[in-house]
Amino acid sequence: MRGLIEENIITEDGEFILNIGPQHPSTHGVLHLKVWLDGETIKKIEPHIGYIHRSIEKMSERLSYRNFIFATSRMDYLAAHINNEACALTIEKALQIEATPRAKFVRTILSELTRLASHQLWWGCTGLDLGAVTPFFYAFREREAIMAIMEETCGARLTQNFMVPGGIMTDIHPNFQQRTKDILEQIKGKYKEYDDIMSGNVIFENRTKGVGYLSKEDAISFGVTGPTARASGVSCDIRKWNPYSAYDQVEFDEILSNGGDCYARYQVRMKEMRQSVSIIEQLIDNIPEGDFQEKTKMVIKLPKGEYYQRVETPRGELGVYLVSDGSANPYRIKYRSPNFSNLSVLPAIAKGYKIGDLVAIMATIDLVIPDIDR
Amino acid sequence: MAFLVNYFKTIYKTLKSLLTGMKVTGYYFTHLREIHTEEYPDNRATLTMFDRFRGEVIMPHNTDNEHRCTGCQACEIACPNGSIKIITKQELLPDGKKKKRIDTFVYHLDLCTMCNLCVVSCPSDAIVMGQNFEHSVYDKKTLKKILNNPDSKLMAGVE
Ligand code: SF4
Ligand code: SF4
Repeated sequence: MRGLIEENIITEDGEFILNIGPQHPSTHGVLHLKVWLDGETIKKIEPHIGYIHRSIEKMSERLSYRNFIFATSRMDYLAAHINNEACALTIEKALQIEATPRAKFVRTILSELTRLASHQLWWGCTGLDLGAVTPFFYAFREREAIMAIMEETCGARLTQNFMVPGGIMTDIHPNFQQRTKDILEQIKGKYKEYDDIMSGNVIFENRTKGVGYLSKEDAISFGVTGPTARASGVSCDIRKWNPYSAYDQVEFDEILSNGGDCYARYQVRMKEMRQSVSIIEQLIDNIPEGDFQEKTKMVIKLPKGEYYQRVETPRGELGVYLVSDGSANPYRIKYRSPNFSNLSVLPAIAKGYKIGDLVAIMATIDLVIPDIDR
Repeated sequence: MAFLVNYFKTIYKTLKSLLTGMKVTGYYFTHLREIHTEEYPDNRATLTMFDRFRGEVIMPHNTDNEHRCTGCQACEIACPNGSIKIITKQELLPDGKKKKRIDTFVYHLDLCTMCNLCVVSCPSDAIVMGQNFEHSVYDKKTLKKILNNPDSKLMAGVE
């Protein structure tokens, strides 16, 4: 640790070095930011990562194709379903099979519920970071109802491990559809509340409008994806460009904005929640009957080759790159995690803003640290 | 003049936005019934978990102290982090044949990630997920559990 975390010192140029984290509430995890300050203005940021590295990629190499999926729940733990789905889709691609129609629909619904829950948590935390404690509790009210759906059908709240190669682990719970419809109704009634309490608030607007500007060129060259990039006008929604599961059967808009600042990122996520609700509404009544899992061999062996599959998590594009040597274990797995690329742009966009704005910028980039370190 | 107009407009807008927000919080302040919090652990007596909730792996036994586990070790192979260890023994059956039976089913709750893979891989439905989630203990050695009861037998008809 020595050498990484220095005392807060003043350099020869009169710059003050401030260490934020690794344990700081506003970093939402163990991220360490070394910030060079001139007064209160940010000169330079150096993120130090790796505090929560668990070597998930290496670990996966000695696990079978059925087993390694569970570990991806611990990457972006707010989008565990979608991570699991990405792995399952990669294996299906390699085996040249497809999930059953029922599984595809359920996967899509669960993924969108995950996205809703994740955005809800983000909304609450953004409020918390910017000094509004109340939204946190309101967000958790709806999120808790989504968690109940997860708990009832999948058996766990965050680390579900519900997607298996060929479909889903067990059939949906009989209450699943009714519960989902109830929560959609509840959420739709709460949008106005969300907007009243945060979106229109003058303190919130002043702290986010014009702060942390990310240009379209920067977003592309840093590889930023997800709502962060879409707020800068980059069209990068994998659900649109490369539909997987049942996304080719639903109508939804890709939310784009040209603002590029924190407020635009906020608005994009708020509108995405509405899109998620509309996607689930289109699917929930039409879940086809039939098997929930395609038959696969007990021990899955993938044909030799390289496979790549990308999915859209609430924070951007997750890519799974899998190399198989024909045996029962993956030869190499590499995850292209959205948060790693999104973090890389933080030093560039936070430069020149004040230290208080850094919190707003980090909140609206919506970083999940375990996904950066893996 | 324009400056003054702007000044008062800003004040008006600020106050309005703050009051809109406070209307929401005020609503919940006066409608206590709409607050949903669970008073855990005070509600322990009435708290029921969902039937699929994964709290721990358990092995159900029937009233004759019989379980369904044949000792095939499929769950041990399926477990990604080695939480299950099955120790088998040879048992002399009444008809004189020797058969493989489980001696101890060791389950490390401290390693388990509740991934459910062992349960779905078991060909004879011998293990299920239990709903107990209160696992805190003072000594972590107590998290190593033996799932088959002492002197338990394999249920008749399970192969
Ligand atoms: S639930 Fe998963 S981690 Fe736990 S014992 Fe079963 S297979 Fe192993
Ligand atoms: S619990 Fe099931 S899978 Fe595990 S050894 Fe017993 S019968 Fe086999």
